[in-house]
Amino acid sequence: MVTLKANLELFEKMVLIRTFEETVQSLFQKGEIVGTTHLYSGQEAVATGFASALQPQDLVAATYRGHGHALATGVTPQSLMDEMLGRLTGVCGGRSGSMNVIDLEHRLIGCFGIIGGSIGAATGAAIALARKNGVAIAYFGDGAINQAYFYECLNFAAVRKLPVIFVCENNLYGEYTPWEDVTAGQIRARAEALEVKSETIDGNDVWAVQKAALASFDYARKGNGPVFIEALTYRFVGHSRSDPGKYRKPGELDAWKLRDPLIIARKRLVDEFGFSTQEVDAAEAGVKKRMEEVREQSLKAPSPGLERLGSEFMELKRAGGGGA
Amino acid sequence: MSPSQDELSFRNAIREAIDEELAADSDVIFFGEDVAEAGGVFAATPGLRDKYGDERVFDTPISELALSSAAFGSAVAGLRPIVEIMFADFLFLAMDSLVNQSAKYWYLSNEQKSIPLVVRSAVGGGIGFGPIHSQVPISWFLGVPGLKIIAPSTANDAKRLLKAAIRDENPVLFFEHKALYATTEVREELTGQEILGKARIVREGSDITLVSCMKGVADCLEAARLLNEIGISAEVLDLRSLRPMDNEMIQSSFSKTKSLLVVEEGPITGGWAGEVISIANEVKIDGMKLWRIATPDRPIPFSPALENEFYPSAITIFESVRERHAR
Repeated sequence: MVTLKANLELFEKMVLIRTFEETVQSLFQKGEIVGTTHLYSGQEAVATGFASALQPQDLVAATYRGHGHALATGVTPQSLMDEMLGRLTGVCGGRSGSMNVIDLEHRLIGCFGIIGGSIGAATGAAIALARKNGVAIAYFGDGAINQAYFYECLNFAAVRKLPVIFVCENNLYGEYTPWEDVTAGQIRARAEALEVKSETIDGNDVWAVQKAALASFDYARKGNGPVFIEALTYRFVGHSRSDPGKYRKPGELDAWKLRDPLIIARKRLVDEFGFSTQEVDAAEAGVKKRMEEVREQSLKAPSPGLERLGSEFMELKRAGGGGA
Repeated sequence: MSPSQDELSFRNAIREAIDEELAADSDVIFFGEDVAEAGGVFAATPGLRDKYGDERVFDTPISELALSSAAFGSAVAGLRPIVEIMFADFLFLAMDSLVNQSAKYWYLSNEQKSIPLVVRSAVGGGIGFGPIHSQVPISWFLGVPGLKIIAPSTANDAKRLLKAAIRDENPVLFFEHKALYATTEVREELTGQEILGKARIVREGSDITLVSCMKGVADCLEAARLLNEIGISAEVLDLRSLRPMDNEMIQSSFSKTKSLLVVEEGPITGGWAGEVISIANEVKIDGMKLWRIATPDRPIPFSPALENEFYPSAITIFESVRERHAR
C-alpha cells in the first residue's frame, strides 16, 4: 500500500544529513578528522526517501559515501560523528572510520569501501530476509554498474527471486569521470536486460523517492523478486576531500543547486502541504542547533585505549565438532 | 565399489558433515555451482537438495563473486552459509567478499556480528588439470587476519573439521585436496568438541619432525616408514589448521627432534612452509636443522612428464632427510 508522509520529518532528516556533512567538512579542515571522507551533500533525498519506507526487519547496505544512508536509516548523529573522529564511543568504536560504518541495531549491515560491495551484501542479506518477510536495499553509484558485483548479483537475485532493491544513485560522475565516458548504453537498460523491474526517478524530490520506495518495497516483499531504481541526483561537493571538482561542465553545479533537495522540499512543504515558512525555518534551526551540540560532545569523547586492538577471531560460543 | 559400513571415504565425510549440520540447524544453508542437482563436480554433495529443499541447498550461477558475497550477506543477516567454490583457483574471483568483507566484519563492526561462513574448495594437482585448476592458494590467504584456513588429510578428520568449521563463528576456508576424495579409512566415532587451530602428531619419532597438511601428510608418513628402515625416527605433524597455526605443537615437536622439514604443495616463495619454519625457529637449539620442500616457482605444468616430477613426494622427502642427516 502506497501512502505518502507529507510531514516535516523528511525535511528535518535531510537537513540533518546536510548539516552533518558540513560539520565533517569543517572538522576535516581543522585537522580533527583524518584520512578521507566522501560527502553526501546534494543526494539527501535518495537515502531519506528510501529509509522512510523501511520496515523494522529490513536491512540496508550502503557505500563509502554512506553518512547520509546511515543517518537516514537511524544511526544516531552522535555515534556517527564520534566514529568520524575515531573515538571509543563511535558506532564501531573507532575501528571503521568514515567509509565502513556498520550499525546492525539500526538495520545498517554496512557501508562498503569497495565499489559494488553493497550490492553483494544486500543480495546475501535478502536470502535470510526472504524467511522473515524482510527486504534488503543496496545503495551504489553510477560507477558501480561497471563492476562485476552489479551484473553478477542482479542476475543472482533475479534467478533466486530475492527481496532486494538495488538503488543506483546516478550523480553523473564515477569519482572524477563523467559516467557516460566510461559506460556503454543506458544505466537502466542493464537491469532491464535481466528482466528486473526497473524505474528511473527524480532523486532530488524526497516525496518522489518515497513513492518509488514504497512501491518497490511492496513489490519485493510480495516475493516478486528484485527491483532496480535509477535515482537521478547530483553531489554538490567533490568525490573526496582532495577533489575540487574541476571536471564539472560550466554551469552544471549552479543548475543543480536550483534543484537542491532541501529547496524542493521546503517549497513543497509550504506550497502543497500547508506548513508556514516560519515552521520550516524553526525545524531547520532546531536540527542545526542539535548538530552543534553533537559536534561539541564528539570533540570531548575518549579515544580507544590500546586494549581495543582486540582479537582477530570471535570465540567459539556453540558446542561443535563432535558426533551427530 | 562403495566402502563398507565401517569405512568412511573422504568424499562421504564431506557429505555427511554437511548433511548432519543441515539437520542440526535450520540456519545452515549450502550453495554453489553444480552442487545441488548434480551433487558437485567431485560428487561430494549428492542428495542434499532433495533432502533439505531448494531454499537451503541450491545451485548458483557461475558467479564466484556473487555467490561468495551472497554467503557473506546471508551470514550478516543471521544464516550460517556453506558455499562451494569448485576449484580453489576460482577463489581469486571472490577475493573482495572474502578478504575485504567477511574476514574483517566482526572486527571492524566492533564485534557487533561475526560471519559464520564456510567456503569449501578443491585444491591440489597431480591429476592433469593444468596450471589453473591445480593450485593450492593457502599462502594467498595466510596473511589475512580474521580468516581461518583448514586443510584436512584424512576422511575422519575431514568430517570432524568440517563440522567444527560450520559451527565456528568466523569465516573459514576449508580446502579439500582432490587426490584425497577417493581415500578411505576405518570410520571413527566422533566425540567431543573440536576446536579449530589444533595440529596433531600422526606418527611419533625422535630424530626429525616432518610437517605437512592434506595429501602431504600421507607422503610424510610413507617417507617416515622409509626413514625408519635406515635408522632415522621421524615424527609426522599434520597441521590441519594453517590459520591459526598450532605454534605450540610445532615448537614442542621441534624442541624434541631438533630437526624439522616442512613439506608444502605450493610455490616455495612466499609459501606457508616459511611461516612454519619461522615459528619453529623461535625455539633456539644448538645445531638445529630447519628446511622446506615445496614446488618450484613456476605455474603448474600440464604435461604428465613435467607434472609428475613437480610435487614433493615420499621419495623426495626421504632423500632430502637422508642427505641432510648424513652431513
